[in-house]
Amino acid sequence: MMRTLLVRGLIAGLLAGLAAAVFAFFVGEPHVDAAIAFEEATAGHHAEEPLVSRDVQRTIGLLSAHLGIGLALGGLFSVVFAVVYGRLGGFSVRAYSALLAGAAFVAVTLVPFLKYPANPPAVGQAGTAVSRTELYFVFLALSVITAGLAVAAARSFADRFGGWAASGIGILGYTVVMTVCAVLMPPVNEVPDDFPATLLWDFRLASLGGLVVLWLVLGAAFGTLVHRALAHRALAEAPAVAA
Amino acid sequence: MSHPAVPASTSIPSPVRIPLREIVPWAVLIGALAMITLFFISTEDGATALLSAGGYVHEFLHDGRHLMAFPCH
Repeated sequence: MMRTLLVRGLIAGLLAGLAAAVFAFFVGEPHVDAAIAFEEATAGHHAEEPLVSRDVQRTIGLLSAHLGIGLALGGLFSVVFAVVYGRLGGFSVRAYSALLAGAAFVAVTLVPFLKYPANPPAVGQAGTAVSRTELYFVFLALSVITAGLAVAAARSFADRFGGWAASGIGILGYTVVMTVCAVLMPPVNEVPDDFPATLLWDFRLASLGGLVVLWLVLGAAFGTLVHRALAHRALAEAPAVAA
Repeated sequence: MSHPAVPASTSIPSPVRIPLREIVPWAVLIGALAMITLFFISTEDGATALLSAGGYVHEFLHDGRHLMAFPCH
């Protein structure tokens, strides 16, 4: 059973990474190019020859990064699916997959993005890369742990208050805790004064859009593949049950 | 189909829980591999470096890191 889920999780992850890479290439790359042009036009950056050509970075590099992230998230998705499936109410396989993808998008992508959004090239000082990376991953970890605790709490409340109210309590709890964390954790704002505001907005929107595509395809593909696998299994077992 | 009474292929058995004992070894293996992959794609040769790739890994994955919202440089 776990092998079935894992293989389908990895396939769904590859499809999700591929779809997100196509989106990023067409929607995101123009803004990356514009930001690099800004970087080279401003003082301090002589157009040094890159180690890896821009053509490789924006095609194979972009695709490889997305496929790698897709594979990793697909594998983790199948494990979390195995843990929650059948334990949070009587939803179908496809409903579990969609709900899990939606929740994972919020906890892994959206909430960390709202606190520490994506930055285009030319935004961010070189000297603070380590501290910014630490802040980002600490906040990401807080979000994932809080989401896990919220789901566990909602599950234990479900018997007393029913699924709807218990889910509401869990979501409220997650929202309160993450709001407090976001307010308390230090801000990062290293946008150069003359960096175009529209370019920053466009880049961040394109970045978030690519991540929406990633989770959307992951949830849809995983639900479809696992639904089909379990349907075949049910059919194969049906004659034995009928006899 | 010799069994017309058998439900269509869209019917799914009601959710059966997968025993946690069966999940744990997979979770450990996949969790470790996924973390290594995520670290390598998002951070290696950037804020910190386990290999000494001298910037090649960083530049190869550069656009993906920026667009997937990882802190890059």
